[in-house]
Amino acid sequence: MEKGLTRVDLFEYQARDLFAKHGVPVLAGEVIDTPEAAREATERLGGKSVVKAQVKVGGRGKAGGVKLAATPDEAVARATDILGMDIKGHTVHKVMIAETAPEIIEEYYVSYLLDRTNRTFLAMASVAGGMDIEEVAATTPEKLAKVPVDSNEGVTIEKAREIVAQAKFPAEVAEKVAEVMVTLWKTFVAEDALLVEVNPLAKVANGDVIALDGKVSLDENADFRQPEHEALEDKAAANPLEAAAKAKGLNYVKLDGEVGIIGNGAGLVMSTLDVVAYAGENHGNVKPANFLDIGGGASAEVMANGLEIILGDPDVKSVFVNVFGGITACDEVANGIVQALELLKSKGEAVTKPLVVRLDGNNAELGRKILSDANHPLVQRVDTMDGAADKAAELAAAK
Amino acid sequence: MAIFLTKDSKVIVQGMTGATGMKHTKLMLADGTNIVGGVNPRKAGTSVDFDGTDVPVFGSVKEAMEKTGADVSVLFVPPAFAKAAVVEAIDAEIPLAVVITEGIAVHDSAAFWAYASAKGNKTRIIGPNCPGLITPGQSNAGIIPGDITKPGKIGLVSKSGTLTYQMMYELRDIGFTSAVGIGGDPVIGTTHIDALAAFEADPETELIVMIGEIGGDAEERAADFIKANVTKPVVGYVAGFTAPEGKTMGHAGAIVSGSSGTAQAKKEALEAAGVKVGKTPSETARLARAALSA
Repeated sequence: MEKGLTRVDLFEYQARDLFAKHGVPVLAGEVIDTPEAAREATERLGGKSVVKAQVKVGGRGKAGGVKLAATPDEAVARATDILGMDIKGHTVHKVMIAETAPEIIEEYYVSYLLDRTNRTFLAMASVAGGMDIEEVAATTPEKLAKVPVDSNEGVTIEKAREIVAQAKFPAEVAEKVAEVMVTLWKTFVAEDALLVEVNPLAKVANGDVIALDGKVSLDENADFRQPEHEALEDKAAANPLEAAAKAKGLNYVKLDGEVGIIGNGAGLVMSTLDVVAYAGENHGNVKPANFLDIGGGASAEVMANGLEIILGDPDVKSVFVNVFGGITACDEVANGIVQALELLKSKGEAVTKPLVVRLDGNNAELGRKILSDANHPLVQRVDTMDGAADKAAELAAAK
Repeated sequence: MAIFLTKDSKVIVQGMTGATGMKHTKLMLADGTNIVGGVNPRKAGTSVDFDGTDVPVFGSVKEAMEKTGADVSVLFVPPAFAKAAVVEAIDAEIPLAVVITEGIAVHDSAAFWAYASAKGNKTRIIGPNCPGLITPGQSNAGIIPGDITKPGKIGLVSKSGTLTYQMMYELRDIGFTSAVGIGGDPVIGTTHIDALAAFEADPETELIVMIGEIGGDAEERAADFIKANVTKPVVGYVAGFTAPEGKTMGHAGAIVSGSSGTAQAKKEALEAAGVKVGKTPSETARLARAALSA
């Protein structure tokens, strides 16, 4: 939940497609979601394949999520095993049927990513690929070359050779890896990626260098010039409440507590989660049920939409609305609360969860008056953040 | 005194004629900001009336600077055009560019930062995705409400907009020299360290409050800087102790920064540098009061 970072992590097959599009050497492969489809896919690959679980978590090989199939029948059997498998809490819904790699001689690692500290991009490369790169960085940092890349200069073949030289790639693959560094940079820039990573980049028996597995994270803020990216989002995996919130343009994350949270501004909402968790320590250890930032300048409608999502969460036992009006006007927030409660009542949905509201800043007096006038039995005002958090935690614990 | 922005600052607004630009230009004028122009190439030569104050529109930042002596630009340009607007401000060598725009793609902010660096950082960039900065009683460059507090002796630097307002409100009776919202984007111009250095050098700032958030290692580096360079008392707050970890696939980012980026790690780093860190914004305000009366 890092502010300002709206990243979309891709599946391996999606990363593979983007690599192929920009000239990074990859093996043939296609994604399927039924065991039977593995047969034809394997036949198209000449009768044998690798069946690879598509999950956004590392360690799938060890978990049995990658299997060799020597015949189309075997591919169906392996796909049957793998589809539906649970890998570290991720259910496998898709598998990639990939071309079998020629004999692997060596495994390398290459990536581009943002270096926040130095406000630049960074190339990372290592001849010790195939394993967890965090471990390489921790145990043998001399084997991981990190080379800053100027965003406006990019990676030319000369720059790529510099990266490859720093990582001490063997002479016989150096030029091929440098070419991969150039095409991988093209992928990084053209797709507005936050991370492109190839691990392993394999040297195979015929001397070729091939990207056998990879990760790509895209920047959602670039969607305005990346119309094809929306289709890459894994909407099925989103929590239903998160999906509903996203459809309404709300910045919402489901958590596992009991106190529903609505606030304005990511920093204040994060702070609200903390304050509620501290207050919960005195009230049966209740915790925040979600993160919801209605953003700056929110209208009554946005507030009402947010409240509807929170009240629709069966885990929520009380709600804390914490707003400091900067651009956001507190009277709009108050009107949004009143409207949401009326709307739910008119739909016949009984609201039984208590709301604690703290309003400060822009038009706070007006907002407080609107709530007082509405005099809703479930809404109570507490005028300090700590006091309101305590009240919300107490009410959640009492339910 | 103040940092980065004073009553003498001559402010232009890039994107003034859009809805957000209009709304906030009006508010900045009401706070006493000396707004000398707006920039919009399609409306150059016209002017906009803000409750009796006539603000001319220029075709470029360069032209606005030549005709008005402007030294600060506030940007309300939409994300798709923000990179070009910041590059224009850098090319004109305006001393301060305050980028309010939210949702700028990282490849764009990294590009304009690299460009500013290549040009020798003649333009201080604040933001993007920030509320800007205010020197109460003198000038307001951004969207921080001008009526929360008054001039005083606290300097505030914050990654978060609404936590900036909250902290100004908690300490409103004491007042602030300047409050700077630096933004929480992955690539920002002015950092905690830049603001800490400026507050340390500002004779009227007696205490510094710094607000951090999870992500990156800016707070850890600020802690090192405080230990070595800051003699004034610093009180801190970090948000995000209970925030869930991002849905990341790898930890390549952590390798780069060498820090986990957690709130706990930041709090510990700050405390090791002698900074008192509050558990909540209100407790942080109490620590600030105690430090001032010590």
